[in-house]
Amino acid sequence: MHERAALLHQIQQAEFAALELQLYLDTHMYDQKALMEFNHYSKVLSTLKQEFEMKYGPLLSFGFSPSQYPWRWLESPWPWEEQY
Amino acid sequence: MWIYEKKLQYPVRIDKCDLRMARYLFTQYGGPDGELSAAIRYLNQRYTIPTNEAKALLTDIGTEELAHVEMIATMIYQLTKDATVEQLEAANMGSFYAIRDGALFPADANGVPWTAAYIQAHADPITDLHEDMAAEQKARAVYEHLLNLTDDPGMKDALSFLREREVVHFQRFGEALRIVQEYQQQKKIY
Repeated sequence: MHERAALLHQIQQAEFAALELQLYLDTHMYDQKALMEFNHYSKVLSTLKQEFEMKYGPLLSFGFSPSQYPWRWLESPWPWEEQY
Repeated sequence: MWIYEKKLQYPVRIDKCDLRMARYLFTQYGGPDGELSAAIRYLNQRYTIPTNEAKALLTDIGTEELAHVEMIATMIYQLTKDATVEQLEAANMGSFYAIRDGALFPADANGVPWTAAYIQAHADPITDLHEDMAAEQKARAVYEHLLNLTDDPGMKDALSFLREREVVHFQRFGEALRIVQEYQQQKKIY
């Protein structure tokens, strides 16, 4: 459980950096340095996400994450049940 | 189209059962300057905003606000889920229990239900972006009120994160406003 929370935290950090850069890029489309950083975090995020999903099941719905058998989307904890 | 991501945007650490605070938090769930109002406000204004910068920003910030709705709801849920009827009554939440037991409901801290009257949309991009900037400041002020009402470190951490997001959103909406103004001036020359 501890390892799961730590990996989730890493995902939250990388996704936050990407989100923050995305909002910035929305009003600064020609900022190449910010775009490079965005693409960096996008790559970090997909690596972390893949690792998390192999161990703990899908993070995203509707086909954006694969699932092992049996259908792992149902597994607890759901976000509102998570204990940090 | 939206895709659900099965995680919170930011970890919420609830260290103690604090029903008094749970009740106050409702204002950011279903209150006038709450996260639900913010999400609906921005996602609804997108359709008539003229510039791509503002279309992207309303979409992206509106989506982030949905993640904040989930954070606030999680905080309320975790703070209230183990409470007894007696504890709820002592925390002035007996009237909440009487109507819906432990269920969450988008209402403010006084139980007044969420209404679309909390948001605005006028198609005029200057008007709408000023509304959005004002909304971010109002939400920031409310988070500061909430921060003044608690000394729990986990609670303070999550509320500080949410407060900080209001500041960033205000900044970005200000930039989008400047871009819209430039766009409108450009059109006059043609």
